Amino acid sequence: MPTDKTAITHTPLSDWHENNGGRMVDFAGWSMPVQYQSVIQEHHQTRNSVGVFDVSHMGRFFFYGTNVGQWIDGLMTRRIAGVDAGKIRYSLVTNEDGMILDDVLVYHLDCHPEDADTFPPTEADGKSFYMVVVNAGNREKLANWFRSHIPDGSGIRLDDRTEESAMIAVQGPKANGIIASMATLDPESLAYYTGAVAKIDDQWAIVSRTGYTGEDGCELILNASVAESLWSKIAEEAQAVGGGVSGLAARDTLRLEAGMPLYGHELSEQINAASTGLNFAINTKGRTFCGDLAIAKSKEAATDPVRVGLELEGRRPAREGCPVLVDQMHIGELTSGTLSPTLEKPIAMAYLSPEFSTVGTKVEVDIRGKTHAATVVALPFYQRPKS
Amino acid sequence: MESQVKPEELLFAESHEWIHVTDVDGEKIGTIGISAHAVEALSDVVYMELPEVGATVEREQSFGEVESVKATSDLFSPVDGEVVEINATLPDNLEVLNSDPYGAGWIIKVKLTDDQGLAKLLEYSAYESQCS
Repeated sequence: MPTDKTAITHTPLSDWHENNGGRMVDFAGWSMPVQYQSVIQEHHQTRNSVGVFDVSHMGRFFFYGTNVGQWIDGLMTRRIAGVDAGKIRYSLVTNEDGMILDDVLVYHLDCHPEDADTFPPTEADGKSFYMVVVNAGNREKLANWFRSHIPDGSGIRLDDRTEESAMIAVQGPKANGIIASMATLDPESLAYYTGAVAKIDDQWAIVSRTGYTGEDGCELILNASVAESLWSKIAEEAQAVGGGVSGLAARDTLRLEAGMPLYGHELSEQINAASTGLNFAINTKGRTFCGDLAIAKSKEAATDPVRVGLELEGRRPAREGCPVLVDQMHIGELTSGTLSPTLEKPIAMAYLSPEFSTVGTKVEVDIRGKTHAATVVALPFYQRPKS
Repeated sequence: MESQVKPEELLFAESHEWIHVTDVDGEKIGTIGISAHAVEALSDVVYMELPEVGATVEREQSFGEVESVKATSDLFSPVDGEVVEINATLPDNLEVLNSDPYGAGWIIKVKLTDDQGLAKLLEYSAYESQCS
């Protein structure tokens, strides 16, 4: 982890991006491709064919020790204890006040049988392993949070393996087919939000049927040293079927259409988990975890702002921070907004006072001093056609 | 589509707007647009907010906004003046910014009330070297 705040970290694929037209930006201290050519085209190719994304900036923490699943459970809004190996769960991490420290994926997977010194964990590390994927901007905070909660003498250990690995998201209707042709495992054989360790292009990787675009597809985590070779092969296969590499900007418009929250926008330490409407990811029944009482209290009171989707009239995209009004009364603010490339209309997410959060409520969005009519709509804005 | 006006005939602001000034009935009329470099850097322009005819524009002040998928950017006037015409078809036809930024992609025409601003603008070659 960089201690020099001015230093920028490169992913194992940064050179490839720079050599292939990637427009590089500093994102949470990482040099990342925001786009290669057109954001809209990269968006559409993911919806219609396949988009290949470098998401190596996401933090990857491996946890070892006896009863480690039980321990992680105490720091997650979602039940992790007793979850079978092979499963992956989306969860929030909250502080004692129920405020959101991060949103994460918790993997519980079987180790693979090879000898040590390979990536990912082998049976030398135990029969199964836990991995938590955290947001790049929260990596240091979360590492400290987890470590500070490890009980003395428990033997539980956190290993941050972000920089020795790469993470590649392959998303879209043609994503799984491409990976199936290169791997010992067909991603289609994995249920949604499950994963396994398999060989791709003769290299060990964690393969999961997960993503952040609203499309089917998979994500791969593999050794940094073999990442560029695999990436360029996937990119070539993707291009051959009308897809291709895609940058962070398209990832953002895709996740927004899919109604998925983004940390720093819809999720922050100023927002109680109960406000997010991510009820599937919050389980307070028959278990205790850090922040559970504060979340239950907020849910009970039902006075905190509520996350909603908004569709605006006209063509002008509204942005994060735009005030939302009803009869000139301030009822909330946008947290994300863009022109939806799929729907070809402006969409946004916002936190609104609960009395104005019902689907169908007419509101106004103030964009730089001019008000624009908008309607509260159900999330997600876009759902992929069921095959 | 081929532009009638070549970029060498235009003056450029460091903020990437161009202006082409002609004499019309003794008035100085400036046609204002944004450079090909700006269009490429913005990429995926999806919306443009233009002033109304009759509005006053001020040198180095915002006269409109352009929205890409990612972000909002201001359009800055290179001169002081009054808007006499807007390219009303542009907001529904934003791809001409890519195909013809110095011709059909013009944004507004202004009657200059002061041409002092022109001296601070860059010739195309100087602007190009700023962008490289």
